[in-house]
Amino acid sequence: MAVTSKTAPVVTTTTASTAEKPPNKYKQAFPQYAAVSPFFILFAIFGAFPVLFSIWISFHSWDGIGQMKWVGLEQYNYLLSDVTFWKTIGNTMIIWVLSTVPMLLLALVIANALHNATRLRTFYRIAYFIPNVTSVVAITLVFGSIFSNNFGLLNAFLRSIGVGEVQWLTSPWGIKIAIATIVTWRWVGYNAIIYLAGLQAISADVYEAAKVDGASPRQTFWRITVPMMRPVILFTAVTSTIGGLQIFTESRVLFGDTNNIGGPGDAGLTIVSYLYQSAFIKNQFGYGAAIGWALFILIVLFSIINWRLIGGNDDERLTRRAARRVERRIAAQNAKREAADVR
Amino acid sequence: MSVERIRTAVGHIVLMFGVLVSLFPFYWMVVMASNTTPDIFSYPPKLLIGSHLFENMGKVLDNIDFFGSMLLTLIASLGVTVLVLFFDSLAAFAFAKYEFPGRNLLFGLLLATFMIPAQLSLVPQFVTLAEFGWIGSLKALIIPGAANAFGIFWMRQYAKGAIPDELISAAKVDGAGFFRQYLTVGLPVLRPGLAFLGIFTFINVWNDYLWPLIVMTDPNRLTLQVALDQLNGIYGTDYSMVMAGALMSVIPLIGVFLIGARSFIADLAAGAMKF
Repeated sequence: MAVTSKTAPVVTTTTASTAEKPPNKYKQAFPQYAAVSPFFILFAIFGAFPVLFSIWISFHSWDGIGQMKWVGLEQYNYLLSDVTFWKTIGNTMIIWVLSTVPMLLLALVIANALHNATRLRTFYRIAYFIPNVTSVVAITLVFGSIFSNNFGLLNAFLRSIGVGEVQWLTSPWGIKIAIATIVTWRWVGYNAIIYLAGLQAISADVYEAAKVDGASPRQTFWRITVPMMRPVILFTAVTSTIGGLQIFTESRVLFGDTNNIGGPGDAGLTIVSYLYQSAFIKNQFGYGAAIGWALFILIVLFSIINWRLIGGNDDERLTRRAARRVERRIAAQNAKREAADVR
Repeated sequence: MSVERIRTAVGHIVLMFGVLVSLFPFYWMVVMASNTTPDIFSYPPKLLIGSHLFENMGKVLDNIDFFGSMLLTLIASLGVTVLVLFFDSLAAFAFAKYEFPGRNLLFGLLLATFMIPAQLSLVPQFVTLAEFGWIGSLKALIIPGAANAFGIFWMRQYAKGAIPDELISAAKVDGAGFFRQYLTVGLPVLRPGLAFLGIFTFINVWNDYLWPLIVMTDPNRLTLQVALDQLNGIYGTDYSMVMAGALMSVIPLIGVFLIGARSFIADLAAGAMKF
């Protein structure tokens, strides 16, 4: 895996149709344009147009059927002072932290153990990955029963060991913990597999060199493993941020109640749940569109924070990635040379 | 050596514990689906698999059009998968192996679309499809997802390394046009990549919930996920039946996954490394 990721970008050199220049290079490339066009056509209709259209909708008051009424920035004004909206941001953030932090830490532990394990590798990988391909609806129903207040397995367990029962599905924190647990359960294995690929991509020579230089395991971890895993950690951080901000199904299914999709006190109402509720249950299309934009801004904001924190200061992702690859290769070569010198 | 051995043993204990946590909800699903609802409500709870599985499954079939929903979901998943495999691999082949004016710009544009969350345009997408008269029809499930940026990006990375330029040159000398080159040189080499993208797409469409919830408005034409949610909404008190429904909806997919699990996981990890 390491080899392909390192060599892939370099292969661009010999490409077709450089020999004859005239007649018309655009006309000549017609088959290629035709080949890439389905995506762009579909994106124009179902992606770009709706995005622009949603700006327009968000400036209106509209129930989806009747006349659109221009209200200017009213929806956004209302959004900023809407207590429920801020609450959904808070809910989403809390659920996101409660799920992402244990998820990525556990993934790192599991990846490390998988990296060292020589037996049962395929079995482990499949077992850890199955949660991720299982439908969220089905698994939320299962977790819903495990967390159930009255007859849930978890409360039965707490009762049997003499600890008091917890009202998981009616208390604000219980609800969030339940949702975060479902998210964590589904995504730990996925992230572990990706971290494992990252660990395997680090050349053994680098570790060898560190050993020769007398680095302690802790130094090796912080000075070599973590920096070299940075792109992979960035990947998982960005994807779990984007995924975390879009949590919907878990909270929507957990309560099984169309009239109250956020659960008691809206404690499980996420940003996307609120968007869904506003637009498709209350038929406030304009407000739903405005929430969509708020969500977009949040995602961009958090992605930038992630890149700054983990990826360094350079904004140009592509060049940075290339630079990092070169760095990595140089580091590997140096390490190899050093190791050879010592021998 | 013995320290090494202890470390290995500890590693396996940690991993096995994780496996138990990973698989327990499935076991619990089977336990609940095979006992009666009063059994589930009792304290202490029944922890072993019971004998009412088929009875509960029968109740699911009585209450919702399970196989109808399954067929609909299957058609949608297969439809999207076939179209995605064709359109994405064709575009990826062109992006990876040919030089044409505006190529990098177009590819940059494609990458930029990653940034747009699906929910941003949920409302206008619904309005657009309503305008087309597609709400409630399979077209709403299949067409918008028929080509996607992730698949093209992923297949392009794959195609770059996997397809030798010499083969394309040779096909050209033989007088093959672009599409023939795609069919005879591209497709055969891309087959393992297509297997991954196919399973990935199929699973995603099969499990999708929000989009079908919004566009499949006809209560007689629901996807499996939405039907399952509805089963829970209406008969939520009959836990064992709902769990039987959940179990029935999960089994086919796990089957599909297990067929290609080994290479699927490796490919997914490799793809993330190219990010």
